[in-house]
Amino acid sequence: MPLPPGVSAKDFLAVLRQFEGVVGKEWVFSSDEDVELYRDSYSPFWHEPEDPVPSAAVAPDGVEQIQQIVRIANKYKVPLWTVSTGKNLAYGGSAPRLSGSVVLDLKRMNRILEVNDRNHYALVEPGVSYFDLYRYTQEHGLNVFIDAPDPGWGSPVGNTLDRGGGHTPLRDHFSTLCGMEVVLANGDVVRTGMGALPNAKTWQQYKYGFGPYVDGIFTQSNFGIVTKMGVWLYPMPEMRFSGTVSVPKHDDLIPMVDTLSYLMNSNIVLGTTRVSSPVIGQARDAELIALRAKPGGASIADLEDYLKRKNLPYWSIELPFYGPTEVVPAQWAFAKRKFSSIPGVQFRDGATTKLPPSAEDLAKVANTVPLGVPSLAIFASIPRNSYGHIGLSPITPMTGEAVFEVMDVFDKVFQEMGIDNVGVVPAGTYYPRSFFFLFVLPTEHDVEKNRKMRAAFKRLVQLGAEHGWGEYRTHLAFMDDVANTYSFNNHALLRLHETIKDALDPNGILAPGKSGIWPKQMRKARA
Amino acid sequence: MSRLRLLLALLAAAVAAAAADPPSAERGRAVYQKWCTPCHGTGLGKPGTAAAAAHGVKTPVLEQRQDLSQKMIESAVRKGTGIMPRFRKTEISDADLAAIVAYLVHK
Ligand SMILES: Cc1cc2nc3c(=O)[nH]c(=O)nc-3n(C[C@H](O)[C@H](O)[C@H](O)COP(=O)(O)OP(=O)(O)OC[C@H]3O[C@@H](n4cnc5c(N)ncnc54)[C@H](O)[C@@H]3O)c2cc1C
Ligand code: HEC
Repeated sequence: MPLPPGVSAKDFLAVLRQFEGVVGKEWVFSSDEDVELYRDSYSPFWHEPEDPVPSAAVAPDGVEQIQQIVRIANKYKVPLWTVSTGKNLAYGGSAPRLSGSVVLDLKRMNRILEVNDRNHYALVEPGVSYFDLYRYTQEHGLNVFIDAPDPGWGSPVGNTLDRGGGHTPLRDHFSTLCGMEVVLANGDVVRTGMGALPNAKTWQQYKYGFGPYVDGIFTQSNFGIVTKMGVWLYPMPEMRFSGTVSVPKHDDLIPMVDTLSYLMNSNIVLGTTRVSSPVIGQARDAELIALRAKPGGASIADLEDYLKRKNLPYWSIELPFYGPTEVVPAQWAFAKRKFSSIPGVQFRDGATTKLPPSAEDLAKVANTVPLGVPSLAIFASIPRNSYGHIGLSPITPMTGEAVFEVMDVFDKVFQEMGIDNVGVVPAGTYYPRSFFFLFVLPTEHDVEKNRKMRAAFKRLVQLGAEHGWGEYRTHLAFMDDVANTYSFNNHALLRLHETIKDALDPNGILAPGKSGIWPKQMRKARA
Repeated sequence: MSRLRLLLALLAAAVAAAAADPPSAERGRAVYQKWCTPCHGTGLGKPGTAAAAAHGVKTPVLEQRQDLSQKMIESAVRKGTGIMPRFRKTEISDADLAAIVAYLVHK
């Protein structure tokens, strides 16, 4: 395995011995076989030298141990890459950005410090998974509802720090963050928000504390090691219902999305949904395949005519509602009234589920995440014989026009570059007031195919940025590319990040390269 | 306590109790239920079970298979297979893995 850059074999051995002194021999991993386990299982660099490989991993079990580890790392200038549950698949798994980093694996710190169902929040350590948190609320009979990302083996801490999203009312996870404890590069321990007040009674109830609000700078960043986090939970709603709205014409999407936006921003529709259409994505029907194969492709009129003959809508949106049994039916009635101005609009009632769901209700659905129960079912929707994937996710305005434009721009590139196996989740509503497009690009154990995919990815990051759509988060391999697109005023934001980095972490020991932020001594000249 | 809650409480108790024991099929079952059933269990939305069924395996639920070897299990858990990623030792220790093998192979 590689050594940390610039560290001698002798010094590195000394570092490992000292880490062992802190956490015990059992929790320092340095054999090739053990370190392999930290590589990205979904790597887009399979069989290539760029695939990041750590030098070792160390798994502390407490804040004091972490403080000692950063002191050792500073002394020898050894870079540490922190993971909480380390399940960041599609964005790098538990691998570091920089080969030779030591992975600081916080999975052992898995205490649930508090779950409160009077003010609805939890205080957790980094190794606590969504499965763990759910199990705890069940065992203790707590009246809270958990919003998990699709894979339940990730953590509130890791997912929130990478600004992930879920499916239910509290799906924008960063917005649920309320107070954290952070170990800085110099070993100092900071509590944010009300946590700075000794004996605070509202660390997890009031986010802001006093003075500048700094919580955001520890997300998608390399400014600290988060050791505790407060997250808000939803009070258990009485029911979930979903109803589907469908419209017949291409241009109907514009008023349809405006209405969706109104309903979501008024907190009536409260969950992740997406725009879907029988004519988006891979075609299975022979007639549609033939239409698309026409010179110049299928026109909008062709598609409208095709759909009319098949008795299919052009666009559909499934609307999720969570709330009291008296209120949800009224909300659905209201939503229908708002959409009814679109000629030819149709409505279909979906499932009603009483919450918390019964074991029988859970057995009826493939993916239980929208019902507040963590799952791994999402992996069943990945194509067979796959080796994983990475996600390209531009953020756009929540408008019908944006959907037309993104699909047009991205489709053209995939066609030009001969990439025909991309999964598309158009116009997701993971974050308020914007759409989140997910293009799922498969990774392979084939160098040529991965090269082609990476080239397309880079081109689309660039092209998206030219259209004003930025990526919300990215895989290790593209962090510099994405950071470079956020370039207003000669990269003023990245320069600010670097100023903070240099002040907090002068030796550059924390996660070099995360989100394109490199320590001074590793910074390359910017184009 | 609802039935589901009771089941979960029993499961957690089993994991906690099993942690102290030497590698055994009983401990293996608890570790397996925590880490493997979300993908290899019965019912809807189980990607490992679905993949095995698609490969033509007659009893696609891992626990019901008669053809599993120590090598297959260790390789799947430590090297990954298809979309199933590798597991780190902070997730599944060597002792846990041995227990899973004891549970799946020698039962
Ligand atoms: C099929 C599939 C579906 C997915 N669906 C979703 C989804 O619905 N929503 C979603 O958000 N994501 C999704 N993902 C992406 C990813 O799997 C999840 O976001 C997952 O929760 C991230 O892993 P984690 O929680 O284990 O975080 P970790 O891997 O522990 O952490 C993520 C990153 O945050 C930083 N970090 C972690 N802990 C700390 C710390 N203590 N201090 C400082 N920095 C830290 C590190 O840079 C780390 O790499 C999906 C992935 C796949 C493969
Ligand atoms: C994220 C879902 C997921 C989890 C969790 C998971 N697996 Fe798997 N597993 C799969 C999938 C999918 C396959 C099939 C891969 C393929 O061949 O395409 C698989 C395949 C396997 C195989 C190979 C079976 C064969 O027929 O060759 C074994 C053995 C296995 N898993 C064991 C385990 C064990 C033990 C655990 C728990 C420690 C586990 N898996 C956890 C998804 C998972």
